[in-house]
Amino acid sequence: MAEVELRGFGWRHAGRRAWALRGVDLRIEAGERVLLLGPSGAGKSTLLAALAGLLAEDSGEQEGTARVAGQPSRTARELTGIVFQDPQTQLVMARSGDDVAFGLENRGVPAAEIWPRVDAALAAVGFPYGRDRRVEALSGGEQQRLALAGVLALRPRLLLLDEPTANLDPAGAALVRAALATISGVTTVLVEHRVAEALPLVDRVVVLEPGGGVQADGVPEKVFALHGEELAARGVWVPGRPLPARLAACPPGTELLRGDRLSFRHAGAARPALSEVDITVRGCEALAVVGPNGAGKSTLALLLGGLLGPTTGTVRASPALAGADAARPPHRWRAAALTSRIGSVFQNPEHQFVTTQVRDELALGGVPPSIVGLLLDRLGLAGLAAANPYTLSGGEQRRLSVATALAGAAIPGPRPLDSPRLLVLDEPTFGQDRRTWIALVELLADLRDLGHGIVTVTHDADFVAALADRAVPLPEPPTPPHAPHPPHPDPPAPPPFPTAPPHPHSPAPPRDRTEPR
Amino acid sequence: MRFAAPMADPGALLARRNPVAKLAASGVLTLALLATLDPVAPALALALELAVVPLFGVAYGTLLRRAFPILLSAVGVVVALGVFAAQRTGEALFAIGPLVITTGLLNNALGLALRVVAVALPGVLVFASTDPTDLADALVQHLKAPARFAIGALAAFRLAPLLGAEWELLRMARRARGVDPGRNPVAHLRLFWSTAFALLVGAIRRGTRLAAAMDARGFDSGVPRTIARPQRFGAADWALVTAAAGAAALALGTSLALGTFRPLLG
Repeated sequence: MAEVELRGFGWRHAGRRAWALRGVDLRIEAGERVLLLGPSGAGKSTLLAALAGLLAEDSGEQEGTARVAGQPSRTARELTGIVFQDPQTQLVMARSGDDVAFGLENRGVPAAEIWPRVDAALAAVGFPYGRDRRVEALSGGEQQRLALAGVLALRPRLLLLDEPTANLDPAGAALVRAALATISGVTTVLVEHRVAEALPLVDRVVVLEPGGGVQADGVPEKVFALHGEELAARGVWVPGRPLPARLAACPPGTELLRGDRLSFRHAGAARPALSEVDITVRGCEALAVVGPNGAGKSTLALLLGGLLGPTTGTVRASPALAGADAARPPHRWRAAALTSRIGSVFQNPEHQFVTTQVRDELALGGVPPSIVGLLLDRLGLAGLAAANPYTLSGGEQRRLSVATALAGAAIPGPRPLDSPRLLVLDEPTFGQDRRTWIALVELLADLRDLGHGIVTVTHDADFVAALADRAVPLPEPPTPPHAPHPPHPDPPAPPPFPTAPPHPHSPAPPRDRTEPR
Repeated sequence: MRFAAPMADPGALLARRNPVAKLAASGVLTLALLATLDPVAPALALALELAVVPLFGVAYGTLLRRAFPILLSAVGVVVALGVFAAQRTGEALFAIGPLVITTGLLNNALGLALRVVAVALPGVLVFASTDPTDLADALVQHLKAPARFAIGALAAFRLAPLLGAEWELLRMARRARGVDPGRNPVAHLRLFWSTAFALLVGAIRRGTRLAAAMDARGFDSGVPRTIARPQRFGAADWALVTAAAGAAALALGTSLALGTFRPLLG
């Protein structure tokens, strides 16, 4: 009897015309470790939810069967455990040990057995603290390890992992992968975008085709050797395939925005979120702000985006960017003026949606329909023009939020359309498949070559290599004495980029860049 | 998650009591004080409450900061009565412009202000010295509160502090989209509602994800839950409730003996 058996399985969410998943035939034997791949929208998360028995019968329409250990997956819930992307919304209790105990209490495990099993699960994932450690004092990677411990404590026969490292910085992701590597004897199905990092954890790769069942299946070497080319073209992150690099086509132009000794401290916070950062952004230049979680990268993006005023230090826009408004800092500008000069893309795209249709979202503020159409095409959203932004997949939402920031430049006003603009993007490549990732790099590179300035906050080293002309590394935040961090398994390499901002009157810095890998 | 961590020393004698015992003690005292309108009973109760504050592991300075809004509302009661009260019985003490302050008026105002503080203080002490997890556990174990409700509320409570940061982000994101109410108050109101709606949508989506993660760990399994952290309700807990009842009786008894007792009803 196979551990997992799908026969002609399909699922259509209630209220949707298209099937999220259709015609999937798949057998997984006990103890196998499977990496589930597929382009954006192939239904990978839906398949995991189906195996976990989390698709309620009244929430959609099903075809075929999904069985776990011979039972329909909905009745085999005790045999499966699932770890999701976001640690914030899967931890339940305030103390780490209590959180692991939560599932054991639910399953009615006798009280005497609970704490030994909690301790064993915490040890299995290499949790470095005691049971009383407060959950909010953990880093993202540690929280995700805790979530894994909470699932392992239940001794599942089938472990499902839905992009468990997607929300983490490289160090946090490495922590989670190290924990996963030590687990043995459990049938595992992993969904993960970063294939190269995930391959050491698996012995079989299954590729889903959107709406078309299983496209390829086998040991990783064979699958990638036979189908690598085609899979890469369809958006799967095939390891070892080179990514296009886009060097700037023009030398750095006029200065657009400058931040001097920027610091920001939240009201009542013990330490500043950002301290003493100097940064200069020029036209025809793409900067990458890099650094570990908690270094203040997102805060810097908000300061440069004119959305937050610095606690100390100044943000100054040049007349080339702001005309007469250059006398005032961006966070004092009217919103409409800000949008026409600086476009911001937030880390969570949903924060930025203000209408109920993708098309309206782009047309907001009077953007001409021709530009709306162009952006929809360019970012692969043309088929979704009438959809509600909240119903898009994570990757689609991210592209829509990038498109809205670009659309701001086309709002009719006193500013000529070709005047330089600044774009500030916070993790724009999260959740993109290979194809949309490349489209995003190409689009941003085109904008840069038209003379715009681009600032991206990112953990994505490939993205930095492909696009950035200069990196601005932010240092690790000082750790408070009560929250020791374990040493990071892969310390970041020293930055190969010039990092000091140029003197305002000196010539532009040499344009070093890393070699694309 | 500032308010999730108790501000009291968890090892203090009364902080260690069962949360349900603390709630019961606070309830007994509150009900007794609500029964009378005179200033003597709340004054006596307040004195007793203040005396046991250190036993809850709460420093007086911390308490003052935490209970500041209550003090403010007590002062508000006195001022409001001084200005607006229709009945100005008793001897005239002094006058501020057209306002004549009488002994009867002062008596009423003082009684009300003391009641506000004396009734609110036990609640502040209970929540300052109680870990939310212990409270949920105790409610489930001793009051047979449904776990679905108590543990669910506890999990939601953990996410609540995110809402403040979320609101800020939504506001900034709207500004980034060029949505600016300017000086138009109607536009301000519309922006407020649209932001609040987005906050609600986000909260519901997070709640849904959390609920799915909880159910994936068997929260909806229907198996009777076992208890990982048994809560004890011992002699010391009974003693706390008894002492609170004693304090309430003492306060009301003194008020009766002095003849100042004025029942709320009747």
